[in-house]
Amino acid sequence: MRNTFVIFKKEAGSYFNSAVAYFNIIAYLAVSAWLFFWLGFFFERKQTEMTYFFSLMPWLFLFFIPAMTMRLWAEEKKMGTVEILMTLPIRSHEVVLGKFLASFLVLVLMIILSFPLPLALNSLGNPDNGQIFTSYLGLILVGAAYIAIGLCASTFTSDQVIAFVVGIIASFAMLVIGFVPWLRDFGLSYHFNSITRGVVDSRDLIYYFSVIGFFLYLSVLSVESKRWR
Amino acid sequence: MIEVSNLTKRYGATIAVDNVSFSTNSGEIVGFIGPNGAGKSTTMRIITCYLPADGGTATVDGFDVFEESIEVRKRIGYLPESTALYTDMGVIDYLKFVAQVRGLSGQDLRHRVTEMIDICGLEKMVHKDVGELSKGYRQRVGLAQALIHDPPVLILDEPTSGLDPYQIIEIRNLIKEFGKEKTIIFSTHILSQVAITCDRVLIISNGKLVANGTPDELQQRTQDRQYLEVAFQGDHTEIETKLDQLSFIQDFKQIQSLDQTAAAYEVVSEKGHQTCEELSRMAYENQWPLVSLQPKAVDLEDIFLQLTQSETQLEGVSS
Repeated sequence: MRNTFVIFKKEAGSYFNSAVAYFNIIAYLAVSAWLFFWLGFFFERKQTEMTYFFSLMPWLFLFFIPAMTMRLWAEEKKMGTVEILMTLPIRSHEVVLGKFLASFLVLVLMIILSFPLPLALNSLGNPDNGQIFTSYLGLILVGAAYIAIGLCASTFTSDQVIAFVVGIIASFAMLVIGFVPWLRDFGLSYHFNSITRGVVDSRDLIYYFSVIGFFLYLSVLSVESKRWR
Repeated sequence: MIEVSNLTKRYGATIAVDNVSFSTNSGEIVGFIGPNGAGKSTTMRIITCYLPADGGTATVDGFDVFEESIEVRKRIGYLPESTALYTDMGVIDYLKFVAQVRGLSGQDLRHRVTEMIDICGLEKMVHKDVGELSKGYRQRVGLAQALIHDPPVLILDEPTSGLDPYQIIEIRNLIKEFGKEKTIIFSTHILSQVAITCDRVLIISNGKLVANGTPDELQQRTQDRQYLEVAFQGDHTEIETKLDQLSFIQDFKQIQSLDQTAAAYEVVSEKGHQTCEELSRMAYENQWPLVSLQPKAVDLEDIFLQLTQSETQLEGVSS
């Protein structure tokens, strides 16, 4: 736990020392605000609801999250820093978890900082705040799943561009299988839509935790495989 | 302290480390030398638990590098060849990060970081990012991170590569200083360094350990041979045919001579044989004026070249 925290601190530091975190947060806020006001009003949807806005967010995250996670391992491999990291007395799952949490922190900040949108909505009318709240929860869960997928993609390569592309493709695949009727239980979108309806079902939570757990486990295996005989 | 037995590592079809065995005592400084690609780094990476071995075992302080990797890693300080550090971190932050992973905290941590900055001469660099440092200072930060938990074993992969002569001497002195209480394995290309610093030398070539002994012992191995440099004025092919025929000459190779017209050779012959006399007689009989003839002192470089160049000569030495 201590080691995970040390890695988390270091990775979060890297995010905020470089432009990556700020760029991601600002770009996300700009794009989401644009989508919210411009598209929302443009199509003259009901002004006091955010369902339409939320339904777009997983698609927006498809680009923002892999851009954030691509460096997590690929950069370590490219720079060679992985050699010292892997010879420190720290277990692979601690490193993976620490890196995951650092990205998760940026994600949560991104989402928290978009709070003026529902506030604006509340000043205009009377939206269903319960539904907005669960939608935000759904957004955090989808984002976290993307982070796990992107992190996993990053462990396979030393090239950040490849990590980015693989991250997008894998996340996209996990998202859209929710639209395939007989596969929808495995898709991110199906469970996201379920949560955004305003009800948090334990099945949806279990699904997201399983996806996150699965890809983090796969990342640990991928990192550890270097040490297998 | 470190026991390596029958270590083997393959990369596809090539064998990087081939059945290497050696052991080191605590407080010993071991120099690891060999040509590029001989398997030095790979061996070190196996001992530091970065790479798995395909065969054989390695233990550090009784812990197996494969089975008890974490215990091994706790006891080792490692400076990889690349000296790849997080360039976006400040020097202090980087050292603190490593110290925290190494289990240090609070007063202890601050104390060790300050100590490392002092020992490795980083005082002027504490406010800089690692990425802003020159190669020499980066190397020192690398050394500081390897030493920060005061490990009983230090593994340094080419700690002096890319440094200027002053820095090399500094690092060498640091190694000597730490070697009083730690087991140190370091690899290098600079052979004179090995003779000065090391208690023991391991020479590795094509993945095989070809020599293992104190610098003195290695020098003695060549004492049944004598080395001469000889130069004649004459036809190269004729001279070489003649040299081939002389039974007491074990080996010879052409070398650069000061006099461009002369044919110069380095000749290895049996100790005690009157090679000088024989060679001057040969010159006289064939009417090849003798330009120079001088005995050559054997140093570590000759041993190194002799051991790593021709595979056929190795058998007698590698025992």
